[in-house]
Amino acid sequence: MTQMDAPRVQTGAGDPPVERAPVIEMRDISITFGSVQALSEVSVRLYAGEVHALMGENGAGKSTLIKALTGVYSIDSGVVLVGGEKHSFSSPLAAQAAGISTVYQEVNLVPNLTVAENMLLGREPRRFGAVHVREMNRRARETLHGLGVDIDPGSLLGEHPIAIQQLVAIARAVDVDARVLILDEPTSSLDADEVQKLFEVMRRLRGQGVAIVFVSHFLDQVYEIADRMTILRNGRLVGERMVAGTPQLELVKLMIGRELETLERLDRSQSSSAGASSTPVLKALGISRKGSLEVTDLELYEGEVVGLAGLLGSGRTELARLLFGADTVDSGDVTIRGERRRLRSPRHAIDRKISFSSEDRKSEGLVEDLTVADNMLLALQASRGWLRPIPQATRERLVEQYLKALDIRPADPTALMRNMSGGNQQKVLLARWLITEPDILILDEPTRGIDIGAKAQIQAKVAELAAQGISIVFISAELEEVLRLSDRLVVMRDRRKIDERPNHGVNVSDVLRIIAGESRSEREEAEGA
Amino acid sequence: MSATTVPAASSTWDRVKGYRPPSRFLPVIATLALFVGLFGAGGVRYEGFSDPQVLLSLLIDNAFLIVLAVGVTFVILTGGIDLSVGSVVALSTMIAAKTLEMGWSPYLSMTAVLATGTLLGLLMGLLVHYFDIQPFIATLAGLFLARGLTYLISVESISINDETFTQLAFKTIRFGDYYVRWTAVVALLVVAVAAYVLARTRFGRTVYAIGGSESSAMLMGLRVAFTKVGVYVISGFCASLAGLMFSLYILSGNSLHAIGMELDAIAAVVIGGTLLTGGRGYVVGSLLGVLVLGIIKTLISFDGTLSSYWIRIITGVLLLVFVVVQRFASRRQP
Amino acid sequence: MPENPTLVQRLLRHQLLWPVLALVALLVINVVATPTFLNIRMQDGHLYGNVVDIVRNSAPVMLVALGMTLVIATRGIDLSVGAIAAISAAVACTRIVGAGDEAALTTAVMACTYALIACIALGAWNGFLVSVLRIQPIIATLILMVAGRGISMAITDGQITTPNNGWFSDLASGFVLTLPLAFIIALVVFALTAVLTRRTALGMLIEAVGINPEASRLAGVRSRTITWTVYTFSGLCSGIAGLVIAANTNSVNANSLGLWIELDAILAVVIGGTSLAGGRFSLTGTFIGAIFIATLARTIPNIGIPSEVNYLFKAIVVIAVCLLQSSRARSVFRRHRSVTPGPAVPVAKGIAA
Repeated sequence: MTQMDAPRVQTGAGDPPVERAPVIEMRDISITFGSVQALSEVSVRLYAGEVHALMGENGAGKSTLIKALTGVYSIDSGVVLVGGEKHSFSSPLAAQAAGISTVYQEVNLVPNLTVAENMLLGREPRRFGAVHVREMNRRARETLHGLGVDIDPGSLLGEHPIAIQQLVAIARAVDVDARVLILDEPTSSLDADEVQKLFEVMRRLRGQGVAIVFVSHFLDQVYEIADRMTILRNGRLVGERMVAGTPQLELVKLMIGRELETLERLDRSQSSSAGASSTPVLKALGISRKGSLEVTDLELYEGEVVGLAGLLGSGRTELARLLFGADTVDSGDVTIRGERRRLRSPRHAIDRKISFSSEDRKSEGLVEDLTVADNMLLALQASRGWLRPIPQATRERLVEQYLKALDIRPADPTALMRNMSGGNQQKVLLARWLITEPDILILDEPTRGIDIGAKAQIQAKVAELAAQGISIVFISAELEEVLRLSDRLVVMRDRRKIDERPNHGVNVSDVLRIIAGESRSEREEAEGA
Repeated sequence: MSATTVPAASSTWDRVKGYRPPSRFLPVIATLALFVGLFGAGGVRYEGFSDPQVLLSLLIDNAFLIVLAVGVTFVILTGGIDLSVGSVVALSTMIAAKTLEMGWSPYLSMTAVLATGTLLGLLMGLLVHYFDIQPFIATLAGLFLARGLTYLISVESISINDETFTQLAFKTIRFGDYYVRWTAVVALLVVAVAAYVLARTRFGRTVYAIGGSESSAMLMGLRVAFTKVGVYVISGFCASLAGLMFSLYILSGNSLHAIGMELDAIAAVVIGGTLLTGGRGYVVGSLLGVLVLGIIKTLISFDGTLSSYWIRIITGVLLLVFVVVQRFASRRQP
Repeated sequence: MPENPTLVQRLLRHQLLWPVLALVALLVINVVATPTFLNIRMQDGHLYGNVVDIVRNSAPVMLVALGMTLVIATRGIDLSVGAIAAISAAVACTRIVGAGDEAALTTAVMACTYALIACIALGAWNGFLVSVLRIQPIIATLILMVAGRGISMAITDGQITTPNNGWFSDLASGFVLTLPLAFIIALVVFALTAVLTRRTALGMLIEAVGINPEASRLAGVRSRTITWTVYTFSGLCSGIAGLVIAANTNSVNANSLGLWIELDAILAVVIGGTSLAGGRFSLTGTFIGAIFIATLARTIPNIGIPSEVNYLFKAIVVIAVCLLQSSRARSVFRRHRSVTPGPAVPVAKGIAA
């Protein structure tokens, strides 16, 4: 399907069409933020008339790379060559002037202006100093037509679905004779038909010789549309491959990293034997939400750790949020201890003894200007209501207890949350939920971006909590961690559950294979053997 | 798009019947309907209400408020607010009265008034854009500043006796039995120019773009800073022009003039269908909003039994209705 | 913390340092202009003097500002406080005038009770618009700001009502324990607010919602209840302020009573160090802010400027305080050497990419 356009000579595994020079070449780019190395010596080449996928998990450095190219961030070392010449852009506008346009996931257009204005404002045709509306609409219609989009350029942008808005954003980008078009997660809020429409436009542009950078978490989409890809991990370049010659498994391994053989499994003592026979603590049947999760089931038994594995955007976080009522479901039932419950808000979930620690610690967890003690007690206090403050003695006892139990440092209840390190912030958030004595604990990436010591402590705590009878949903991008802790494994992909199995003798390569989407029959054969 | 155009065979009537105004015009149409309804109701109930001179007087009596509302519309369209306009009107009357008293030429006096208002607008715009101070608080400072300056010039009321001013104030344009004053013509002119600027210039479209999403407007490479400061300059200019017109109307300068007039202007803009969160609205709507408030005033004075405070209560109720309806209308949109 | 900061260091770091210094500066100016400015004398068992006048005059703004502090801490604003004060005064005065025994204590108490109940209802209405209908606070309270004075006039039937009740007048001019009753009332409300927010969990939850609404929601905080509570409380505070103002002039002029008090109250809150962006609030700061505004009003005539020019100085204070609080302004003033503004995106975000 992707090969229907102009013939591209494909040689070795990672080799681009040999006879042409790249439109853009980024060489040995390094960027640091404070003490954090966001990119180190990453090189990327973009060729005219190709769709180039930029692959990597959270924190791999994809967005940083894009922002380095478009002049949002300044580069510490390395060079950007445009058409062979050295360039460095001071702003996105400067990049745009050089033919590099970016379209972000959140459409950066204005909903209350017309489609034509959104495409052309800033360089609109004028007559006698005034905007020449008819000419502007004509030009807009022409450009849109060239992309195969037939909408009225005089209609308001906000009246159109996101997919169309995204196409308008692309139209704005290509109207300035873009040589390079960067699409940052353009498909994450589109449905299948809309994605096809977008791909159609991308193919046309590729045919016209535009170099397209495509960022997406959906492997199928990458394999459908992209020609070549660059894979990043933890700010480093780990590979440049032709899509056609790269099995999905290899790609997933590159993205997630770690040689499979070196993995050692720390089996935690299995404590879930009681679970299987009894009724589940929580049972979600056919829950879904448009644009975030396809119909999915999940059961959770007492004292069990269920690990959710999958890439970013696979639906792992989305499922967790639905179970907590952070988002509401469009369909499906949630049964808690045999009773059907509709989780309309986090508050309902908390009242049912469900807790959820978000992956986005900073914006969805911390209350940075409050003290450690207040942050710890927030959820308990919220469920008591403001009229029943927690007695001072109880406050002190609880805070003291959890500062010690989780080894939070500095063990100062009056320290401001914003001054704590990441690992300790995470522990405080864990304490916030443990203080509410939950039956079900949903942890979304509780160990991301924290130091090794804190990570090990949190892992140990999770195992300990499960042994006490708490049911835990554990989400992590690190498969080793998921495998080490889980009793049962649920694998997500493309917003749905694609596999579920007890965590007996499963290793990372098995999981990788499932995520990479190798056919079920193959997998079953492998299991049978 | 040819597939969607109306087949040629259909009659004009069919097209008229099938015409649905774009949803963006609905608020203005609602305000127009409200105005026509109120005028009709007045005509049925009170003798002499349906006289066209009543409409013309409406324009004359509210000319300054129309100009004020036009300026505020620019600011609100960007998602800001201008609380200072009432005080700037008072300051303008005072500067005009004082300078005339000091023997300045009337034209120099007018220039001084307009320059002061524009400068105050510029200052507030700079505070809002470059120092990231909330519009409401920056223009609050403007409110205090203008009112303080007014008192600084004179605590007492100063009357205006200048010949040019009084002539301008009473000069009428007659069409047979009917007449308007120059201020009404100026107000309509201001509305026309503002409507043109908003609809047809890059500056005007950028005003809407900022109201829709300031960060997007920035990423689209539009001149956000210039435009954001510009709307406050326009608002300041309009407020001082309205102040001039108000001093022609009332022929005195007084620090107690125009107290709370900013609320009337803001209310008129909202009743005219402009979204207080920015990005949607038309100056024609603001004109209609002023006229609706004006006709309620006229109705109450025709009635004679209703007290004037009902104007404020009714204004509040209209505000409530428009705000709540717009809230739910915007919620339904994707 | 390994080392204990010295007293001086702690003082320098204290958030109330600037408001207190500003207040002291004003007092110094006054003493220079009139050396006897701070003198207080005892007469008929009451204290008299400029300072006593200042604390008495600060009462209405302080009352309104206390409610406003909580509203602002939730990222809100209440523009309707002046109108609510006018309604409160109108209700109380018309009830006193219409009562059988106009001068009785019970008449005054009943009248004030009615007035405050009305104000609580109005505050709850604001809270309903903001928390249930989710209308922006500035817009939601604008409605009552516009309509409120009309309502107030409707209650007094457009007349300037002058009640004749000594007990009611005492709200402003009376003395208790040698201190003006108005100030005592403000102090009591201040103490009540402090207890309400710091002895219950209200203060902490208000701050949590103001600092990070989404994190608070995910922690199960019912922000709707919190928001509703603070607007209702603000209505009550404005009502009490309205009573004090009406008692002071012994009359209700629905048009001018409490005019621009919302602006003074916001100013007091901002001077006190509570950020308009919401989050942590300081009641003591608001207290000092209100005293500052009253002192400023006293200072202007004292140094020989017409008191109406007060507004000019308030404008300067508003701008100065906002510039002090605005991080953008600070960086503009500080940046003389660094070249480019750099990415506007915080570092953490950049890495999370």
